[in-house]
Amino acid sequence: MRNLFLFIGRYFTFFAFLAFQVLALSFLFRYNKYHRAVGMGMTNELTGWMNSKYANVDQYFHLKQESDRIHQINDSLLNLLRSNFLNPDTATRFANDSIPYDTLGHRRRYLWRDAEVVSNSISSERNYIQINRGSKHGIRDNMGVLSADLSLVGIVVNTSENFSQVMSLLHVKNNVNAIMKRSGSAGTISWDGKSPLYLTMTGVPKSDSIFRGDTVLTGTYSLSFPPLKVVGTVASIVKDNTSSFYTLRIKPGANFQNLQHVFVVENLQNEEQEKLDKETRKKIDDMKKLGR
Amino acid sequence: MSDLLKNIIRFVIFILVQWFVLFKIPPLHRFIVPYIYYLFILWLPFSTPRFWLLLIGFLTGLSLDYFTQTPGLHAAACVLIAYIRPFIINLLIPKDSSEFTYREPSPRTLGWTPYAVYVLILTLFHHGYLLFLEWLSFGSLLTFFVKLVATTGISFLLIFTTELLFTRKLRYRTNTA
Repeated sequence: MRNLFLFIGRYFTFFAFLAFQVLALSFLFRYNKYHRAVGMGMTNELTGWMNSKYANVDQYFHLKQESDRIHQINDSLLNLLRSNFLNPDTATRFANDSIPYDTLGHRRRYLWRDAEVVSNSISSERNYIQINRGSKHGIRDNMGVLSADLSLVGIVVNTSENFSQVMSLLHVKNNVNAIMKRSGSAGTISWDGKSPLYLTMTGVPKSDSIFRGDTVLTGTYSLSFPPLKVVGTVASIVKDNTSSFYTLRIKPGANFQNLQHVFVVENLQNEEQEKLDKETRKKIDDMKKLGR
Repeated sequence: MSDLLKNIIRFVIFILVQWFVLFKIPPLHRFIVPYIYYLFILWLPFSTPRFWLLLIGFLTGLSLDYFTQTPGLHAAACVLIAYIRPFIINLLIPKDSSEFTYREPSPRTLGWTPYAVYVLILTLFHHGYLLFLEWLSFGSLLTFFVKLVATTGISFLLIFTTELLFTRKLRYRTNTA
């Protein structure tokens, strides 16, 4: 007996090693059978808590993909909006290709496409934005461009096969019709080329009462932009006693510094409207020439 | 800082790095699993009693197991390397633990070549045993060997990167300590 104890004492480490091995292996092989070992519940709490903390941090690294996904979903939802459709007289319907109609027979007027900004400038007097959609994707000149939160950004001025150039609102040649949300009076948005933080709005009569923070929307007559989308808010009123119109400084609704996702909106009736306009002018001119 | 406190901090860091960094990065290849947590056992002081080495090894492996949900797998491998560690050190540098001038194994204590051998042997044992236990349930023999070589290579690389990046300030052992 004494010899046995001596033997164990001598090879104590080795026996301890064997004991630990047996313990570890029994854990390993038993775990498959009893799916939750007794101690597992508590340690699961702990490791689960740490894993959730980690996942919280980890989420930030996937924000970009997540925002891309949301932007695409927004795009598909935007196309379903009722305001994209004209509500025609219910008595007259044309048998036509069914695509431009929604299920209620409303004619589609605006078609939205999502796009990503590939280059952008705000420092020059003539600022252009380049987006990753081009003629291949159906982009054409004079389409409106709106930011991800649907504020006005600019207008497409040139397209290549895969890219389009957008004239930003921050362009000295830019000239956009807009209305005051409060009164509905129309004015013109332009940019003086100085600060990219402010646009200028002129042409609102002084008979209106205008307050700081009033919202400015796109006009209802524009061929490029859908009506009543946000352009910006009134930042200040420039004192000018010589004119009977206000000069307003407008804080744009879109953040031009960090544009990433934009929407390109197509007015499907643009061509027809322009054609009608041109033909009318021609007709009137012809009538004048004939002296009638 | 006392050895105990230092090693507790090390333990926590190694386990967290292993689980939250090395196991979370996108897999490099199906044969390559980056392991570094067992470096904790390799870094334990020379003077650790052999039974404590085993116990610490067991607990280290088990802690990681609770994260990976495979209780016993890493624990078994860690106990194995904790058991053979003193033999390897004895083999490489036949000295009594009290004769070492530094407290724990490092390239400076053992010299680069013996240290590399020490790491390589223990890494091979750890991965070999770990993969063997995995292999018992699935996999072919060829996969086993290729995975062993690839995983050992990557661990070896990781350990030496760690050694070069984080030079441990090793106190010279005096009679008073």
